[in-house]
Amino acid sequence: MKRLPLAYIVRNLWLRRVTTGLTALGMALVVYVFATVLMMSEGIRATLVATGQADNVIILRKGAGAEINSAVGREQVGIIETLPGIASDALGRPLVSREPVVLINLPKRGSGKPSNVTVRGTSEAGGELRPQVRLSEGRMFRRGTSEIVAGSAVVAGFQGVGLGQTLRFAGRDWLVVGVLDAGRSGFDSELWGDSEQMLQAFRRTSFSTVVLRLANENGFDRLRQALEDDPRLALEAKPERVFYAEQSEALATFIRLLGSALAVVFSIGAVVGAMITMFAAVAARSGEIGTLRALGFRRSAVLLAFLGESLLLAVLGGALGLLAASAMQAFDISTTNFQTFAELAFRFVLTPTIAVQAMAFALAMGVVGGVIPAWRAARLEIAECLRAV
Amino acid sequence: MFLLRLLLKNAFRHKLRTVLTLIGLVVAICAFGLLRTIIDAWYAGVEASSSTRLVTRSSISLTFQLPLGYAQRIRAVDGVRAISWANWFGGVYITERNFFPQFAIDPASYLALYPEYVIADAEKLAFLRDRQAAVVGRGLANKFGWRIGDTIPLRGTIYPGTWTFNLRAIYDGVDAKTDENQMFVHWSLINESVRQSTRRAADSVGVYIVGIDEPNNAALISQRIDALFANSLAETLTETEKAFQLSFVSMSEAILVAIQAVSLIIIVIIMAVMANTMTMTARERLAEYATLRALGFPPGFVVRLLYGESLLIAAIGGALGVAATLPLAAAFARAAGTLFPVFQVSALTMALQWLAALIVGSVAAAWPAWRMSRIDIVDGLRHVA
Repeated sequence: MKRLPLAYIVRNLWLRRVTTGLTALGMALVVYVFATVLMMSEGIRATLVATGQADNVIILRKGAGAEINSAVGREQVGIIETLPGIASDALGRPLVSREPVVLINLPKRGSGKPSNVTVRGTSEAGGELRPQVRLSEGRMFRRGTSEIVAGSAVVAGFQGVGLGQTLRFAGRDWLVVGVLDAGRSGFDSELWGDSEQMLQAFRRTSFSTVVLRLANENGFDRLRQALEDDPRLALEAKPERVFYAEQSEALATFIRLLGSALAVVFSIGAVVGAMITMFAAVAARSGEIGTLRALGFRRSAVLLAFLGESLLLAVLGGALGLLAASAMQAFDISTTNFQTFAELAFRFVLTPTIAVQAMAFALAMGVVGGVIPAWRAARLEIAECLRAV
Repeated sequence: MFLLRLLLKNAFRHKLRTVLTLIGLVVAICAFGLLRTIIDAWYAGVEASSSTRLVTRSSISLTFQLPLGYAQRIRAVDGVRAISWANWFGGVYITERNFFPQFAIDPASYLALYPEYVIADAEKLAFLRDRQAAVVGRGLANKFGWRIGDTIPLRGTIYPGTWTFNLRAIYDGVDAKTDENQMFVHWSLINESVRQSTRRAADSVGVYIVGIDEPNNAALISQRIDALFANSLAETLTETEKAFQLSFVSMSEAILVAIQAVSLIIIVIIMAVMANTMTMTARERLAEYATLRALGFPPGFVVRLLYGESLLIAAIGGALGVAATLPLAAAFARAAGTLFPVFQVSALTMALQWLAALIVGSVAAAWPAWRMSRIDIVDGLRHVA
């Protein structure tokens, strides 16, 4: 069986440049929306996954769900520090960070509208527990002072936050002495200061969470058991990775569902466009189809040729859409995560999986839009076609 | 009249193509309308806010509380008519998926400030008398099938433990703008439990709702209230209810902007599809238009034919799209449940849908009309099909 050459398909598309271009544009826009949404959802996930460390454990009040709802008393922290299986630092102290976490309002750069920023009180141990966080400018805050360091996304996104500037909240002026580069994790959207100073300023007696490192990665179950067995601790422990994955779930799912629903609805428009183009191509070329059949090409060859044309159109649209979507990687985006009620900066992340999904989506549009016209082309009678010339 | 008949005949000469284009248009116009309605739903709280209510909260952020003692001092401020307070309860009903807002309120004063929540007198009395009582909106009661007298268990995230509330009353919104998906419980009950667990955290209030006489004095009264607590341990931020609600909307601004952008993209997609249809139509009728020109019709006539046809198709698609939006929106609202408490297609949205259809129709015809008005008659006649 002879197949029609690819060049034939390509040239047919080229012959009707305007129509081809418009149809591909429609598909490209659908693929762009589809890919962008998946990239957003992936970006949120990647940011929060990068926030957690594999062997870190976070301890919150039972049922709190988010850091700001949680409370862990001083005496409870003391007990936690004596639990088995906690790693030690170079000086032999347990690697445990007691952290008050609160939200403050700051005006966003540009719009000036206030949004919630996470303020975390921490200590040297806190820095050691998060090796992905580095200082890109300035220095770390000193213990016992009203100094803070700001995450790079806070510096970029909020007014009045910059090296050497002061922020006023909780009745104090806080001097920004450093800028954090947290390796695109959630800490980029936070302000860090001294744990004890934060407690005093915000008039709290209890910390929000306790973060600690396990001596070995398999020690989690033992630690959790020890925690649950102690009636003085109405607390729950979670591997940090799990905790942050849960924090991202609602927002990422919301965006993915909304976006996928949109993409499917939009694809109806693009499929209709492809169908119109392909039907017109079949109608205009019936003489040609008749000639091909008379030359000995089979129905299946004609079917494949037209389907191929539609698929090529889809590939073109998909590639264009994906190209536009990949340009989105240059942009950062920031919105409130409903689960933490705080601002979270993230970027669009294009993974190979997303690229494959987007192209598959485009090809599916091509198949749905092309199969009926191609079927009709293959069913045409030779004699009638030739009469139309 | 003759022209209109010619247009109709022309438009449906290629039935399949026109029908496909119409499907695309209807989908696009519907999607555009629904997306705009989703954005409107986001602003529902802002729309429903009253100009005679102010909201006072901690100046640090909403997660910080104010002392209960502020109530008396705010009431004494010139221009303040009434005061009430509410705490965000943040409970979970069975699973996190069943999210709905719950507030612990000071019952009598709060309900007096919100006349839009309509409750039967007997139910209201029952709610006020029982400290473990709850009142919920009609929408919420319907969603979970609650009846008066039911016990509703909530797992506290902010206030630990499992709480059970007795459903004593169901409120109806005074109009469609009112959120019927909220739950209110007694603040004093929550406060009592806080007092027992952490004494120093008791008697604290999330937000004060301040009733004022004269909306024009809102700014002045806000300043007076905030001045009262300036330089104290718990400074306040007072704003109109509208501004307070807007601050929530602006938190999700990035998502809103994205939805807005996407709602325009669908219009561009359908513009491409429609322009494609018109270009093909024009190409096929090249000889016909040349004949018209040869018969002495001016170039403007051909342009009018093309524009008329394009606008006609767009108008039919627009009409069908707008008509389909209403039942679709109703179905969507049912499916989304408590996610969008208020979901209504506004008149502005419908007007914009028409406008979008019109723009699509005229842009689609622009390029082919320009081409056809410039055809060389001889060339056109030579071009048979």
